[in-house]
Amino acid sequence: MTKRQLWLRFIAHLDPMLLLGIALLMLTSLMILFSASDGSWLRVAAQGGNILVALVIMWIVANLPLHYLMRTALPIYILGMLLLICVALFGDISHGARRWLNIGVATIQPSELMKIGVPLMMAWYFEKHEATLTWKNYLVAAGLLLIPVGLIARQPDLGTALLISASGFYVLFLAGLSWRIIGGMVVAGLASAPVLWTMLHDYQKHRIEMLFDPSQDALGKGYHIIQGMIAVGSGGLLGKGYMAGTQTHLDFLPERTTDFIFAVYSEEFGLLGNFILLCMYVFVIARGFMITGSASTYFTRLMAGSITLTFATYAFVNMGMVSGILPVVGVPLPLISYGGTSMLTLLLGFGMLMSIETHQKLNKS
Amino acid sequence: MKRHVELKNHLREIFHFRLRLAVSIGFTLVLLAILLLRFVYLQGIRHNYYQTLAENNRISIVPIVPNRGLILDRNGIEMAHNYSGYTLEITPGKVGDIEATIDELATLVTITPKDRKRFKKLLAESHDLESVMIRNRLSDEEVARFAAQQYRFPGVEIKARLLRDYPYADKASHLIGYIGRINETDVDQLEENDLAANYRGSDYIGKTGLEQSYESELHGTTGIEQVEVDSAGRAVRLLSRTPPVSGNTLVLSIDAKLQEIAEQAFGNYRGALVAIDPGNGEVLAFVSKPGYDPSLFIDGIDPQSWDELNNSPDHPLNNRALRGQYPSGSTIKPFMALAGLNYNIRSPDRAISDPGYYTLPGSSHQYRDWKKGGHGMVDMFKSIVVSCDTYYYGLATELGIDNIYNFLSRFGFGKKTGIDLEGETSGLLPSQEWKMRRYGQKWYAGDTVSVGIGQGYSLVTPMQLAYATATLANNGVGFRPHLVKEIRSSRAQENRAVTVPAEADLQLNAEHLDLVKRAMVAATQPGGTAVAASLGASYHIAGKTGTAQVVGMKQGEKYDASKMDERHRDHAWFIAFAPAEQPRIALVVLVENGGHGGGTAAPIARKVMDYYLLGKIPTPLPDIAESEDTSHD
Repeated sequence: MTKRQLWLRFIAHLDPMLLLGIALLMLTSLMILFSASDGSWLRVAAQGGNILVALVIMWIVANLPLHYLMRTALPIYILGMLLLICVALFGDISHGARRWLNIGVATIQPSELMKIGVPLMMAWYFEKHEATLTWKNYLVAAGLLLIPVGLIARQPDLGTALLISASGFYVLFLAGLSWRIIGGMVVAGLASAPVLWTMLHDYQKHRIEMLFDPSQDALGKGYHIIQGMIAVGSGGLLGKGYMAGTQTHLDFLPERTTDFIFAVYSEEFGLLGNFILLCMYVFVIARGFMITGSASTYFTRLMAGSITLTFATYAFVNMGMVSGILPVVGVPLPLISYGGTSMLTLLLGFGMLMSIETHQKLNKS
Repeated sequence: MKRHVELKNHLREIFHFRLRLAVSIGFTLVLLAILLLRFVYLQGIRHNYYQTLAENNRISIVPIVPNRGLILDRNGIEMAHNYSGYTLEITPGKVGDIEATIDELATLVTITPKDRKRFKKLLAESHDLESVMIRNRLSDEEVARFAAQQYRFPGVEIKARLLRDYPYADKASHLIGYIGRINETDVDQLEENDLAANYRGSDYIGKTGLEQSYESELHGTTGIEQVEVDSAGRAVRLLSRTPPVSGNTLVLSIDAKLQEIAEQAFGNYRGALVAIDPGNGEVLAFVSKPGYDPSLFIDGIDPQSWDELNNSPDHPLNNRALRGQYPSGSTIKPFMALAGLNYNIRSPDRAISDPGYYTLPGSSHQYRDWKKGGHGMVDMFKSIVVSCDTYYYGLATELGIDNIYNFLSRFGFGKKTGIDLEGETSGLLPSQEWKMRRYGQKWYAGDTVSVGIGQGYSLVTPMQLAYATATLANNGVGFRPHLVKEIRSSRAQENRAVTVPAEADLQLNAEHLDLVKRAMVAATQPGGTAVAASLGASYHIAGKTGTAQVVGMKQGEKYDASKMDERHRDHAWFIAFAPAEQPRIALVVLVENGGHGGGTAAPIARKVMDYYLLGKIPTPLPDIAESEDTSHD
């Protein structure tokens, strides 16, 4: 094999458009992280490491044939469930919630695994029963979704539970769940909101109340919201300029390399910057929908659609929370926030998208 | 044909899916539009408002630490209070050579090697830009001397702080506890309980004792100052202020003077004393000897003092009253007697003959009475007065472990009393089930015999025994022991009196109670084991002595205190309540390695009762402890 052949083989399963969109967002991440960490090359290097590891994983997943991907659905789901049960029984408690599992060498957060595991399992299940789909299958699929979601909500980690619910719901929706049931669920959801409210933990209620009146708790949770909104709002049309955000650099912004990194970006690049960032996200999301539209099997359609919609949801929830229209739920800004786990989970999903796109192309040709 | 149908279905399916996909795309676009509108609102329409907040008024939110609540005794005497004092603090990030700076400072103010060690420890735990204390409690003179030279020491400053002081020092250390610097574990704990916001700016948190147990009352609510700061972070203007709310003051049921007298009565002995008002569960004195100086811990204890405390053979850090677990010895006998009457195992007048030992039927193993040769004919009354072991070996065997367990657990043995101090231990009241669980063995008849005299597997804490004694004194109606009588708020209308409801009435037979109480009074009269308690008393004392073995003895071996290592001598117990007819105080005294209860423990109890009932300040009592060697147990 010549070098060229090798190279072609190496990129055979990468989707150039998707990769371009992801790469743009990652570069933005490194750039804004440098500012958010007050010029710490260490932080940037660490995030670079996260990105590299995640890219390698993405490349591996992209090269996995689809039937192989499908075969991992059941084991990943079962492993995730076992881990969740272990967490419920003897997980480590941190910040009032039992989310982490200490496995000796490291602590892991099994709910992260389920972000991919649940939609994967549901898509696999629908594919398996494609020929004879009845309402019972939707019920089973809903069960596959609700059991892990219930366990995660109990930890309690309401944010992750809701996000996984969303990605599972997208699978149900794309699989053709009847509009009547969806309508019924919306009505039931609205009707049961007061009941759910009473079931929330105090700190969760607190976060929602905070949304309406952040000044109530100016030293605690409300502080994040107030300072985040000041940062975004003061950015104006063109922003204060790179490395010149006063909110960021005078230490007013909390969690500014992770969940609130969007406030840093927004302060320094303004409305124009936000528009450009949204465009980058639209680019990636659009490519995801294109892949979904051309996917050839039931499984791949459901999976690709769910991955794309989930990605869009993460972006919306994070930016919505920083700009004060959603409660603070602890969701990172996808591909931008500092952190290895979320980067890994996201690129795992993009690896699947690429596999879906490139393997069926090969099959067709 | 079939193929055709499938194909059609497939196409329909694709159509349906495309439709759903289109809805998804629409949904995503709506989300993005919402965001975009929000950004336009914040960054376009409201930009000026936020611009003002961020640029011109850089608001800094400064926490104002509330004053910590006081701890008062029942008469209003301060047992923990605050005073404003000066500390000398160094900000490491602004000082070049820290060692040299300290040497230089030492020429102006006294800096002991202990101060230096503590400073090093604090330094290791803090950030470069935090100021770290090198000296506390500066005298006015020291403040003046340093102030004159301050220009020579950039990065060193004097700070006025509200400091905590414990006037009773080691006399109430196990009761009051202490506050200490908030460490990482505390931070985790606070975050877990969602309290971190209220501790912004706070340096201290309760670590043990009441300071810990009532942390949420004592700390108060942190205030907030919104100040405008310039670009260097200096405060320019005060914008708004939410004042802090001082912590609540605890009024204890403890009588500080009584506590002091009890402490002193122990002399050099180690041990514990708990005195309770049997009518309401209020704890009047709570002593664990030896104590320690709690103020050592406030700013981090220096390693040398820590080693001294931690490695002392006297274990001064051990809260014996709350956590010490000992065999109850013969103090259990009044309760065993009640059990015997309650289950109709023994009638009061049935006398047994005591040859000085007990054997189980079909066994030759001798369970010895403390008195060689025995007590002759013994009925229930006499069994308590002379503390006859043989009587209780037999009684326990006849009752059986299940009855003993059921009856004694109603008096609170084997479980926490629920006193408002953290870290209480539960002692051990053995049962068949417990032994199976713990050792995987079944219960043997021989195990029951020694339980009858408070030995064997059973263990009690002084706190538990005090609760049981108070419950007995109050005719079977027990109250959860508590130290805090009232919680006073800075807003007077929010003051709360703490009263506990009576726990379940044990429904004891009045005749049974009368018999046991009379016998306990007789035990403190000539002929009884605790005659030392009652000598010259103007009121009646009901009491019972006890001895807890520290080392086991072989068959036929004789206990001889004089030949034993002091720390292997028996622990002495004394439980009592007075006046016997209308008890106002019930107490338990434990003297570690004190020998027999009548000799060492009873006189301590007497001093406490005399002060509480008569207001009498103890003068040295005739020292009967040494002379009267006949009274055992």
